[in-house]
Amino acid sequence: MTWADLAFLLPEIVLAIGGCILLLAPVLGGKNNGIAAKWTMLVLLAATTATVFVAAGAGTPTDALGTLFVVDGFAVFFKLLFIVIIAMVALLSAEFLTDGEYSAWEFYSLMTFALCGMMFMASGTHLISIYVGLELLSLSSYILAGYYKNEARSTEAAMKYFVLGSVSSGIMLYGMSLIYGVCGSLHLSTISVAVSTMFDNDALIIGVMLLGAGLCFKVAAVPFHVWTPDVYTGAPTPITAFLSTASKVAAFAIFARIFYTGLHNISGDWNSIIAAVAALSMIVGNLAAITQTNVKRMLAYSSIAHAGYALLGILAMSEIGLQGVLIYMLVYAFANIGTWAMVMLLSRREYAGEKVDDFDGLHKSAPLYAFAMVVFLLSLGGIPPTAGFIGKYFLFAAAISAGYAWLAVIAVLMSAVSIFYYFRLVVAMYLKEGKAAEVVASRQVRFIVVVCLIATLVLGILPERLIRSAARSIAPIVNLASR
Amino acid sequence: MQNILSIITYWPLVGALLILFFVNKESSRAIKTIATFFAGTGFLLSLVLWFQYDRSAGAPTFQFIERFSWIPSIGVDYFFGIDGIAMLLIVMTTLLSFIAVYSSFTAIENRQKEYYVLLLMLETGMIGVFCALDFFLFYVFWEVMLVPMYFLIGVWGGPRKLYAAIKFFLYTLAGSVLMLLAILALYFFNSSGIPFLGIAGLGNAPSFDVLQFHQIGHLIPAGMQFWLFLAFFIAFAIKVPMFPFHTWLPDAHVEAPTAGSVILAAVLLKMGTYGFVRFSLPILPDAAASKELLIPVITLSIIGIVYGALVAMVQPDMKKLVAYSSVSHLGFVMLGMFAFNPMGIQGSVLQMINHGISTGGLFLLVGIVYERRHTRMISEYGGIAKVMPVYAFFFLVTTLSSIGLPTLNGFIGEFAILLGVANRSMVWAAFAALGIVLGAAYMLWLYQRVFWGPLDNPKNEELKDLTWREQWTLIPLVICMLWIGLYPKPFFDIMEEPVNYIVNKVDPGYFEKAHIEYVEPPLMERHEAPAEHAQLGATEAAR
Repeated sequence: MTWADLAFLLPEIVLAIGGCILLLAPVLGGKNNGIAAKWTMLVLLAATTATVFVAAGAGTPTDALGTLFVVDGFAVFFKLLFIVIIAMVALLSAEFLTDGEYSAWEFYSLMTFALCGMMFMASGTHLISIYVGLELLSLSSYILAGYYKNEARSTEAAMKYFVLGSVSSGIMLYGMSLIYGVCGSLHLSTISVAVSTMFDNDALIIGVMLLGAGLCFKVAAVPFHVWTPDVYTGAPTPITAFLSTASKVAAFAIFARIFYTGLHNISGDWNSIIAAVAALSMIVGNLAAITQTNVKRMLAYSSIAHAGYALLGILAMSEIGLQGVLIYMLVYAFANIGTWAMVMLLSRREYAGEKVDDFDGLHKSAPLYAFAMVVFLLSLGGIPPTAGFIGKYFLFAAAISAGYAWLAVIAVLMSAVSIFYYFRLVVAMYLKEGKAAEVVASRQVRFIVVVCLIATLVLGILPERLIRSAARSIAPIVNLASR
Repeated sequence: MQNILSIITYWPLVGALLILFFVNKESSRAIKTIATFFAGTGFLLSLVLWFQYDRSAGAPTFQFIERFSWIPSIGVDYFFGIDGIAMLLIVMTTLLSFIAVYSSFTAIENRQKEYYVLLLMLETGMIGVFCALDFFLFYVFWEVMLVPMYFLIGVWGGPRKLYAAIKFFLYTLAGSVLMLLAILALYFFNSSGIPFLGIAGLGNAPSFDVLQFHQIGHLIPAGMQFWLFLAFFIAFAIKVPMFPFHTWLPDAHVEAPTAGSVILAAVLLKMGTYGFVRFSLPILPDAAASKELLIPVITLSIIGIVYGALVAMVQPDMKKLVAYSSVSHLGFVMLGMFAFNPMGIQGSVLQMINHGISTGGLFLLVGIVYERRHTRMISEYGGIAKVMPVYAFFFLVTTLSSIGLPTLNGFIGEFAILLGVANRSMVWAAFAALGIVLGAAYMLWLYQRVFWGPLDNPKNEELKDLTWREQWTLIPLVICMLWIGLYPKPFFDIMEEPVNYIVNKVDPGYFEKAHIEYVEPPLMERHEAPAEHAQLGATEAAR
């Protein structure tokens, strides 16, 4: 490790230190839960500055820590996205933590550590560094999912998540060990060179399958999705927002990096399986969501379906596909966090705001929020002129151009199905005369809803900048992949 | 007036935003005034197109072009332009939107602000669909339009509104997402190709330019054309609606508020037929003309004509009757279009306008009596010509227009379609003629049961005749009916060149065989290359 490495690791270092400070703050005298969020924001701000600074300093893709770690456009894109997501989730959490019996400092400290893990994932070019980042994220998430220590549902969710998550991590590690055995290295570029000369190597294929299974668990793709509805429902709502956006986006970042730069030379060996996983995720996720009456559960199933859409971008193994993954992750994050913010808005403390009925007549009591919710749902459903359409456009285009016409047909029909259940919320808000639940929004939640609304609309109408920045970000990966 | 199309398109949206942000929801008078003002001036603005449109031979096919780069990374342009067909449809749209707004004053009592905002937004979406010459842009408008219509049915509809609204939305969406895939396939065919399916691309700059696709239509391999046609067909056939994709229509019509039904019948259904004329025929000529697709399309159209008419005949509900009559009429439109000759397509386009005017009128009329009696059951009425003579007059004219009585508009359209179809096949024409007879039967029977006979339902004795406002919603329609019926030449003049252009695309040998001299006029007057299509930001990526 050299001083230069330290400079390139600056954002991660800032976050690690920040996380420690947040953890120690109560001991050092910070009793007030209310200012925890503000301190977290400061840490995030510092991390953002560091990321931008490092990105500008690095210029071209630069390796650090030997070759475990890289600072390239792809990593920077995801790092900034992670920071934005975590900042939004942190703001969403502020209200439910201030009046709670649980320590806000610990909560934010865990979130900061999770972010640190995600940053490592985005930059990792070696399966071990990726794995370490992933575990840091996962362990923090397990605790966060069980943050309502005294609620049975929350504890149950954490337990399920922990057990299944550890098993999947184990499976993934086993896959990595097989890959290491075959290729002699865990470095992605070495793997890609090594596998290009292998044909029908069973150990390699099993290794890739196990690695893929672990990743599919993390992105919640069928058939590794069963934990999702329970965990999403049981976890405190801001944590659900965190799990369905941040941890999914991070998992997709490594999914894309591993498959585009490590395993692209043997895409013929895994593409049919990923295609099946994508198809199943879209079908099962969307069909199962139809019957849900609990909003959190419905959104959980919808997030499974969204993982299926995004897999199209991995599957396509093309510039447009990778671009699609990046764009989709970004627009999905905004629409999804917006939706969760709305659920938060309706929840008084614990578990209200979860039933579809809780949205009844919202257009009367809170017209702006109801409108925002419609925009988020349209974006999740991929209806123009919202950002979701641009994301879906790229993924569908990737599927078509890669020759997966059947998958594209499933994808579009399933996105029509998704409108059916998303619109149940619209029906509740606009077409049912409800009890007109009084909406008391905290400043933070209001802010998040407005930010997500503006982002979703602006990126939908003027997507050019986003598309360009995605194109710029994937350039290093595409260069590697085309080698 | 370079941006006239954009002005016409977004003018109603301006009104909608104005109402949304600056008018209190209690002040219903202000809302109505602003909505009527914007819808009315929107119509007047669209008349500019009617007067400025260059009908002369050799004039560019697409006029009022507006084009600039929107999403250069993927070659999407903001590309507006219209030919005569789109122009007529736009004028019809603005007219009927105005009527829809004006006719809603007493019908809509709750949530008025949202209602007029949505109606105006819907108008913007509809005009945009007819203006767009970029597939991406077209798709955006096509989908955008769904949302306001969903709410119009869902909020202000009848007892089964939720079911009808979501059914409408899902049917259209399911079709249109398949269309999106077809658009993407066309896009890749035009540029880089789809190597995995063995489809070589043409290597053109990535673009969604519809006119570009018109040029490459005959280059698309037959197998690919087949699938593309099928995808477009499902999208448009659902919208038309053709048998057996029509089941959403009766539900949507019956549940929608009057203005919603008027817009739905008059404009939204035309988007399907417009889609065929603008996209399916010129871009996929070989598939359209191939036996395995032409015969099913014709068969479905004929089934639609006869089935729609027969089902209409037995409906106890007036609105449902009119709804099914739409299925029948639109079958006509499809039949004329797939005759692939100028007469048939001209008749088909004219019939789109006619159907908009007369069926729009019928829905208005049914809505008027529904507002007074809160029932649409035919059995509840009878002999009401005695209490509502003016109403009976307007209903009669509209009925006669709908069944194609000479001197009224329906006749001209149907006659032209029959001419065109007979030119192609006598059997098709015979079925079409059967449809006309059945059409006369159910409409006249409806008229007879509602207006004549004894006035035996005491509730009908108190019925008030039309108010001035209601008459003014109908008078423009009646004027159009008479105008097209007596002097359709201006309409045929407008359609002639665009229709020839389409015929030439779908059947390049047609004019030669018919010994008609035809020179394709220039596509546009100002042909500006769209701004640099940066190759996925390659320059920046290289940095």
